[in-house]
Amino acid sequence: MKEALRKLLLPAVAAAGLMAGGFSAQAESVLHRGNGAEPETLDPAKSTGVIESNIQYELLEGLTTYAENGDVAPGVATKWDISDDGLTYTFHLRDEKWSNGDPVTANDFVYSFQRLLDPKTASDYAPIADVIAGAAEVRKTAPDKTPDFSKLGVKATDDHTLVVTLNKPTPYLVSMLRHSSFLPVNKAAVEKFGADWTKPGNFVGNGAFTLSEWTPQSSLTVVKNPNFYDAANVKLDKIIYYPTEDIGEEFKRYRAGELDITYEVPSDQIKFIESKLKDEYEAKPYLGTYYYVINLTREPLGKQKALREALALAIDRDTLAEKVTQGSFLPGWSWVPPGTGDYQNTYVSFKDMKQADRVKKAKELLKAAGYGPDKPLKIELLYNTSENHKKIAIAVQSMWKQVGVDATLNNQEWQVYLDTRDNKAYDVARAAWIGDYADPMSFLDIFLSDAGVRNDAGYNNPKYDELVKKSAGISDPKERMQVLQDAEKVFLDDLPLIPLLYYKTKHMVSKRVAGWTYNNLDFHLGRYMSVSAN
Amino acid sequence: MLNFFLRRLGGAIPTLFIIIAISFFMIRLAPGGPFARERQVPPEVLAALNRQYHLDEPLWQQFLRYIGDLLQGDFGPSFKYKDFRVTDLILQGFPTSLQLGLLAISLALIIGLSLGIWAALRQNTIVDYTTMGVSMLGIAVPNFVVAPVLTLIFGLMLGWLPVGGWGHPANYVLPVIALCLSQIASIARLMRASMIEVLRSNYVRTAHAKGLPERIVLRRHAIRAALLPVVSFLGPAIANIITGSVVIEQIFSIPGIGRYFVQASLNRDYTMVMGVTVFYGALIIFCNLLADLAYGLLDPKVRYD
Repeated sequence: MKEALRKLLLPAVAAAGLMAGGFSAQAESVLHRGNGAEPETLDPAKSTGVIESNIQYELLEGLTTYAENGDVAPGVATKWDISDDGLTYTFHLRDEKWSNGDPVTANDFVYSFQRLLDPKTASDYAPIADVIAGAAEVRKTAPDKTPDFSKLGVKATDDHTLVVTLNKPTPYLVSMLRHSSFLPVNKAAVEKFGADWTKPGNFVGNGAFTLSEWTPQSSLTVVKNPNFYDAANVKLDKIIYYPTEDIGEEFKRYRAGELDITYEVPSDQIKFIESKLKDEYEAKPYLGTYYYVINLTREPLGKQKALREALALAIDRDTLAEKVTQGSFLPGWSWVPPGTGDYQNTYVSFKDMKQADRVKKAKELLKAAGYGPDKPLKIELLYNTSENHKKIAIAVQSMWKQVGVDATLNNQEWQVYLDTRDNKAYDVARAAWIGDYADPMSFLDIFLSDAGVRNDAGYNNPKYDELVKKSAGISDPKERMQVLQDAEKVFLDDLPLIPLLYYKTKHMVSKRVAGWTYNNLDFHLGRYMSVSAN
Repeated sequence: MLNFFLRRLGGAIPTLFIIIAISFFMIRLAPGGPFARERQVPPEVLAALNRQYHLDEPLWQQFLRYIGDLLQGDFGPSFKYKDFRVTDLILQGFPTSLQLGLLAISLALIIGLSLGIWAALRQNTIVDYTTMGVSMLGIAVPNFVVAPVLTLIFGLMLGWLPVGGWGHPANYVLPVIALCLSQIASIARLMRASMIEVLRSNYVRTAHAKGLPERIVLRRHAIRAALLPVVSFLGPAIANIITGSVVIEQIFSIPGIGRYFVQASLNRDYTMVMGVTVFYGALIIFCNLLADLAYGLLDPKVRYD
């Protein structure tokens, strides 16, 4: 029976092999990449996530881009001059062509930046450009008026020179300009095809690859762009992205050789991976913090810092990182995660204490505030549906129990959870933030008192505001970092949130892939990678 | 018969309208919205988005606009997959779900009917107990368990078939098996029960008494009548299976429309939720109608008037 089945299936399988790789392997080098989920859009002005960026960075190149190791590398701009006051950046653009053969000019960037800010585009991420002079005004133009782009500090002085003026010195500008929101789009294509400009056949890009096929929920294929200025050094012919929502199945496809790189790694398989596939497993610090945000507008946690501190002290971060999440995270001691350029991290005051001492101190703080075994502090912990969040919440609940805090777990579906958080109808809520660029400001500016809805703790400390804003005027990088560090110190002393863990990038990377280099923003451009035949 | 057909189609319109109205207003009642993010979007951006998608209009006006678009065959833009319209996504995904579903249901019919008839003819023997026992297992074990096990065995351990992906005949094997197992079980059990009942009926006894050979009795009289409950089961079952399975499509990375059912409502992708609901509703109505027509062909007692 078994033999019969084998005979029956083998020809089919052999045919599959032939179709999949047989006649293409010699001719083409193809990278198969798991990419988490279906991209929501390929329009850089409308996208918000890593999944989209992973593809966009292959199709489009900004003024600056990512080096193999994640550092800032020249993109379309080969060099830039910065004025003495740090307010004017002059970018010198290279001679380059779009994938349709038209030249890439400074005006393409002017158009793209205007488009990002135009209220009609309704870009989620447009506020990221607020450091540019006039950007916020353009962005907030009333719907019945035409935006006045003449006030926007983005001008083309000739085809190869782009001048960007800023509201205040922004030392992280060239790093931030790598964000997908700032990628250029082809005006002719956008105007000709409207919302359909991102479809294969219509898409015009200036990246190392061009869009060739897109079957939603199945795969998206990009092929080498012969018009790319560095095409001679691009080794891959094709990259195929797969929406791999089921992490367990993604890992199986990887093991079956159907994927070369995975988007995630199932945490219940980490033990197996570490013993069997250690060389192919990458788990390193990522620029993200997993935290519990505290609703400062609610009693008693909002008003009593001692209680927040007790909650923070009671959590055993090593256990969370190593036992509960199987090493998927690192213990987290700060709001800004390590790895934001030259920033020297500052940590919560109790980082160097022993856990037993922390627990002791937490009990003392609670007692002093009038809570104890007879009168436990009662709070609700909100988290959204996910196996990991649940595991962590249950562990934290039991850690809090030890010090006499009675936490009720409240699990809500994502949208309901967002709604609850936005309406500040919670005591403590799980949250996470991944940096958009490698600078502490990507984290610190969220909790400015005037950050509006983004500041979901309702944090308001004039001293913190003052320090963060002061840092913007400082052109000496060292001094600036020092001021930011002081700001984070103020922040961590106030504890509007409890840092729990730092994220790790987790990927399986096949041995046939070369040119994959770890970096903490976790962007890996196809132009640096190659695959060897099996 | 044509009259019946048209009358039923006419009756479907109010049903569909009620489905549209209820789901339109229900999804709006759910907390959250299509543009909610981990970090809230600034109010002016949210306002611009709402304007762009007409969410700033009063609800009744949005409903009228939706009905108007629907009459022109447009389900509106997807809120989540911003580069696509809902109609495009459904038209792109449905052929895949249809192919997969029809393959699975055909296979399930062939195997399920054979097993059911066989078990009925050998009632209370080891054959009967085994088939029915195994089919009980088939119903009880959900496909989100079957599918990963299949990929583990045939994809990973034996390496015979691809674990996931789409586009090649080999990609069909495991999903079709995973999809049809529970259908086989249901059909086999239904067929067995109805077959046993029919075999005891008077007209079958009469047929035997007339001296007709066993084969003819089975083919002309017993099976034809016994198929009726299976046919009424098939109406909704086909609609269900050809609109795709969330689990199967996700596990095997199949580009069908099944996963939109769950994803769209989790994302509050209002137009997508509406699109798949209306589409599914219309399909169920249509398949039920086909089942009713098939009834007439099988059962001489049914009259369409």
